[in-house]
Parts: sequence; structure tokens; C-alpha cells
Amino acid sequence: MKRSERAALWFVLPSVFLVGLFSIYPILESARLSFYRMILMLPWLGEKFVGLENYRDLATDPVALDSLAITLVFVGVSAALEVLAGLGMALLLNESFRARGLVRAAVLVPWAIPTVVSSQMWRYLFNDRYGLFNFLLFGRATERYLAPLADARLAPAAIVFADVWKTSSFAALIILAGLQTIPDELYEAAAVDGATAWQKFRRVTLPLLKPALLLALLFRTIDAFKVFDLVFVMTQGGPADATNVLQFYGYKKIFAEGMIGYGSAISVGVFCFSLVLSFFYIRLIGARVLEKGTAR
Amino acid sequence: MKKALLPFAIAVVLVYSLLPFLWFVLASWKSPAQLTAIPPEIVPAFHWGFYRSALTTYGLPGYIRNSVIVATATTVVSVAIGTLAAYALTRFHFAWLRFYLVVLLCVSMFPQIAVAGPVWRILDALGWLNSYQGIVVAYISFSLPLAIWILATFFKELPYEIEEAALIDGCSRPQALRRVVLPLAAPGIFTAAILVFIYAWNEFFFALIVLTSPALQTLPVGIALFPGEYTMPWGELAAASTIATLPLIALTLFFQRRIIGGLSAGAVKG
Repeated sequence: MKRSERAALWFVLPSVFLVGLFSIYPILESARLSFYRMILMLPWLGEKFVGLENYRDLATDPVALDSLAITLVFVGVSAALEVLAGLGMALLLNESFRARGLVRAAVLVPWAIPTVVSSQMWRYLFNDRYGLFNFLLFGRATERYLAPLADARLAPAAIVFADVWKTSSFAALIILAGLQTIPDELYEAAAVDGATAWQKFRRVTLPLLKPALLLALLFRTIDAFKVFDLVFVMTQGGPADATNVLQFYGYKKIFAEGMIGYGSAISVGVFCFSLVLSFFYIRLIGARVLEKGTAR
Repeated sequence: MKKALLPFAIAVVLVYSLLPFLWFVLASWKSPAQLTAIPPEIVPAFHWGFYRSALTTYGLPGYIRNSVIVATATTVVSVAIGTLAAYALTRFHFAWLRFYLVVLLCVSMFPQIAVAGPVWRILDALGWLNSYQGIVVAYISFSLPLAIWILATFFKELPYEIEEAALIDGCSRPQALRRVVLPLAAPGIFTAAILVFIYAWNEFFFALIVLTSPALQTLPVGIALFPGEYTMPWGELAAASTIATLPLIALTLFFQRRIIGGLSAGAVKG
């Protein structure tokens, strides 16, 4: 080992140690535990190796399968809406007008609010007796008021809405950065050719914005997959498991029911999904970053 | 975009972004009767009772203190260790460093549940459940990759020539880092610190599983587990939420440009 290589090792060692102990080792340990039957409330069972049994149970557990479906729908719908809302905001912020700095700051406000706080806020706004949501919809006709968080059809929509509100500004920032790389000359050329605003958007903006849109979509997909705070505060997975997303289900199994082995199988499943997503992410952006990143 | 539509679009975005939280903040200043009024009363009575009871009977000062300690400690440790790592990652070119960067990228995308059980067991074995050091190490594993990514994108932009000159003049690597790189990279380090602080201040999942003793819980846990089964004490909850959020909004508005730069650093600039 060369001297410079040893120096490099010393510089990264503290971070390698922490990431190794608190991220890498736990993943491997989760994978190991997923092959065992281990129940915290029944300690006398000990750690019993059961092979793939937890995974077989998982594949036939209707709650788990529902949870997977709910999570995929949540991720798909909210990530798509976030990118759309983000695109709208980014197009607005890319225009020049007097109070642009102020609007950009306002857009960042939902991003800065802790998710737990925004979850409680939406619970208040969706309240079935005096929530603003009901008043805006039905006015004083209190007999028609809805209880969105207690309704199995409305609760998932409410969670999606709360997520979109909180995170579309992040998508907007990424898309805005993409918009700012499009040279003005292209719009000028399009204007000379007599293009309408829609044609400019369709033929110039969208094609050149594709990488930024894809990146925003991927980022939001990865993050939406981790949804937990909203569900914990707003619905506790209910009503009737309608918002029981995977991360919440895994939490319930491990920490509320003490089903370490089974819960670990859920963890590993969730991890595999996120690994596939990170693979796409690295393909999209990582290669570029790496080439320039490690060289100077 | 048509010019006539612009004011309308601005209004829509402003209302969408600000109204929900503003409504919640207003609730904290309403009187108990105003809270449940139909039709809702917009102008609050500026009644400070909810703030008083949130601070006295709901234990808010303790949550605030815990959040400040945990978020500050997480930021200091992550940025210090992250600076060392990011320096090496941008100044040396070895295949294993490149691989390490990929690993960090993956780690930053892990769902918390994938590691939660074993992390809990490690902290239990160390006797670090319900302790500041326990929650800080649990956070660092996630905040460190974030810090390293942001710092690495900033370090990469720094001219290498000055540093090279210092090394030729007999500076050691740590000296070059301290005397040449750190002063130049201060803005980037500051940006990473703000983002890690916000991340740690808002984190809920690990705080929920590691901090079960109310005396050590942070603001998000306190607010998520706010007592009240059938009738929520909305006024107190709104007051506590406002107190928990205002520092972050102030930070965001004040350092808007840095935050936007930092968020898009890892993502787009590449």
C-alpha cells in the first residue's frame, strides 16, 4: 500500500466504521434474522432456524400482500403527482417577476416543516367536525361533513395529498435546476420560427428537461417508499389497514408485536425494492458523478 | 406562460404552500371556543393560553432541549467525520474509494425499517437506548452519507493548485486540509451543516424506537404522541407545532440559497 493510499484510508476510516456498524451490519443482520423464528414475547422459543418459512408466510399473508399493493399505489400516485406539481412550480419560478424570491421562499416552507407537524396539521384540517377541508367543501352543512381519515377509501387519498403538499417543492427545486440549464437561444430560435408557447414547451422544454424530470421522479419514488411518519400520525395504518404501508407494517411486526424473524423478512423485502431503485438512480446519475467525483 | 395568467399562478402557489400551515398557526392563537367554531373564525383572539399550557403541562421545554442537543450533536459529528471522508474521496483516486461512494449512495436510500431491528439491538447491547449518544449514532449512519455527498460536491469545485503548492512546500495532508481546504470550503461545510441539522431536527422513526422515555424524547416524538385520545387538544398541539417549526422556517428563509444549492448539489450539478 502506497503512502497516499494509507492516508486516504485514515481519512475515511471513521465514516467507514460508523456506516459499517449502523447501516451495513444491520442490513446483513436483518437478512440473517429473517431465516429465524424469534418472538420477543415468547423468549423461551429462542432463535430457531426455520429457513425460508418467514418468506413463505409473507407470500401468503393477505395483510402483507395488501400492504405491498397499498405501498406501490401510494408510491406511484404520489411520486407522479409530486413531479407534476413540482414541474408547475418550477415553470412559475423560472419566469421573471418582481416577487420571485418571496414565492421561492414560500414554496420551500412545506419542505422545512417536520413531517410529524404537517401530519398533525392535516389531521386538524381534515377534522370531521370543524376542519377547514369540510368547511371549504360543504360550508355550514355540517350534516354532510366527511371524516376522511376514518374512511377506508378517502384515507389513502388524504395521505397522498399530505405527502404531495410536503414534498413537491423538493421536486420543484430539481426541475428548476434543470430548467435553468436550457439556453435562452433555443427559445429565441423557436420564437423566430413562430412557435406558440405550447409548442415551445412541448418541443424545447420537455425534451431537454427529461433528465431532470426523471431524476425528480426517481428521488421522490425512493423517498415515498419510506413513508412512515404520515401514516403513524394520521391513520396508524387504518382504517381497516387501508393505509398500512410496508414500512409501517414492518415497524408494527418488529416493535409492537415483537415478531423479529417475520418482521425482518418484511425489512429485507423493503430493502430489495429500494436496492433496485438505487440501482436505477446510480445508472442515471451516479456514473456521471463518479467520473468527475473521484477525479478532480 | 401567458403574462395575464402569471399573477393568478403566483396566487395559487402561495395559497397552496402557505395557507395550510398558516391555518394551523392561527389555531394556536384562537380561544377554545374559536377552535371549533363553524363557520371558522379567521382572525384569532390572540389568546396565549395554549402556548402557556403547552410549555407547562405538556412538557414542551424538555422536548425542545432534547431536540436542540440531538440535532446539534448529530450535525457536529456528521460534518466533522464527513469532511475528512469527503476530502479523501475528492483528492485521492483509488478504485475502492469509488466503490465506497457507491455504497454511501445506496445507504442514503435505505428505508429505515431495513436496519431498525438490528440497530435497536446494538443500542440495547451497549445500554444506549434512551440516551443522547444512542440516538445520535443511529442518526449519523443516515446523516453521514448525506453530509459526505454534499461536502464532496463542494470540495470537487475547489482549485487543487493551491493545495498542491502547499503540499510541495512541505505541508502534510491534515495541514493542507486545515489551512487550505477548510477555509475555502467553509460555505459548503456550512450548507451541509444546515441540511443535516434540519434532517436531524425532523427525524421521527429512529427517535420513536430509541427514545421511549418521555424525559429524552425529541419534538417530533412529543408532537406525534401528543396525549389526547378522543378529543385532541388542538390548541396546545398547534402551539407546540408552531414552536417546533418556526426555527426551521427561519433557517430556511434565511439560508434559502444555500439550501437550494445543497439540495441540488448531489442531484443535478454532479
